Amino acid sequence: MIREKDKQLLSHIYRGKKIARRYMVTNGFDGTLTMLGMMTGFYVSGTKELGVAINACLGAAVALFVSGFSSAYLSEKAERQEELRKLEQALLIDLEDSHYGDASRYLPLLIASVNGLSPLSLSLIIVAPLFLAHHGILLPWSPFLVAIAVALICIFLLGVYLGKISRQFWLWAGLRTVFIALILVATILMFDI
Amino acid sequence: MTTTRKIVLDVLKPHKPNGVDFATALAQLSPDYHVRLSVVEMDAKTESVIVVLEGKNIAFDSVSELIKKMGASIHSIDEVEVHGSETI
Repeated sequence: MIREKDKQLLSHIYRGKKIARRYMVTNGFDGTLTMLGMMTGFYVSGTKELGVAINACLGAAVALFVSGFSSAYLSEKAERQEELRKLEQALLIDLEDSHYGDASRYLPLLIASVNGLSPLSLSLIIVAPLFLAHHGILLPWSPFLVAIAVALICIFLLGVYLGKISRQFWLWAGLRTVFIALILVATILMFDI
Repeated sequence: MTTTRKIVLDVLKPHKPNGVDFATALAQLSPDYHVRLSVVEMDAKTESVIVVLEGKNIAFDSVSELIKKMGASIHSIDEVEVHGSETI
């Protein structure tokens, strides 16, 4: 059984759930589109070196993780500190040792982890076909085409998730995000040199 | 040996935790605690509440520590009921 004291802290953390969810979709979308862009670029340029493509994608994935984690941590930390300071002024006490103080320390870490891990995990899923092909596993199409298909599925699922949150028709919400991804692919194909 | 049977506190607390959670947390400090909470003033970020705590022997230090942990502060101790050893 969760103690009442812990429940108080958990309720503060629960308040951060919506923010974490927003960050997860925003940065997950960011990461997926980045990978989709890279895969499309590799495909149209006729890249044969899978090792080079994997390293480039992993570099981008790690960069997205570091960028997502640090930017969310810094901005959330600043927001929580400001919120804590305003509440301290209203109550005329130091809240560092209270659940509010604990929340202002743990919530930015939690939200930053979601913001960093979301694009990293999606990127790794999208790069997976390249890994498989690199290790000799035969794929039905070019590994880049399979990766593009995986990226489109990820984007569709992100759209479906958004539709679920906003209580919209899931198929329409999913297709809308796929449409954005297709615009990206078309734009990259237009600039093919 | 004396026992504290009742304490009435004037507390300034943030809106969260709400009155129910606040009183529940205090009541869970000991199975014999009986807590009554009434809001006397409401502000944009805070609310003043009167907490009436009754029990067989109230441990004021742990009550005060928990109130502080929940982000509230005790403004004043408005009423206390302490029994001497012979009344136990």
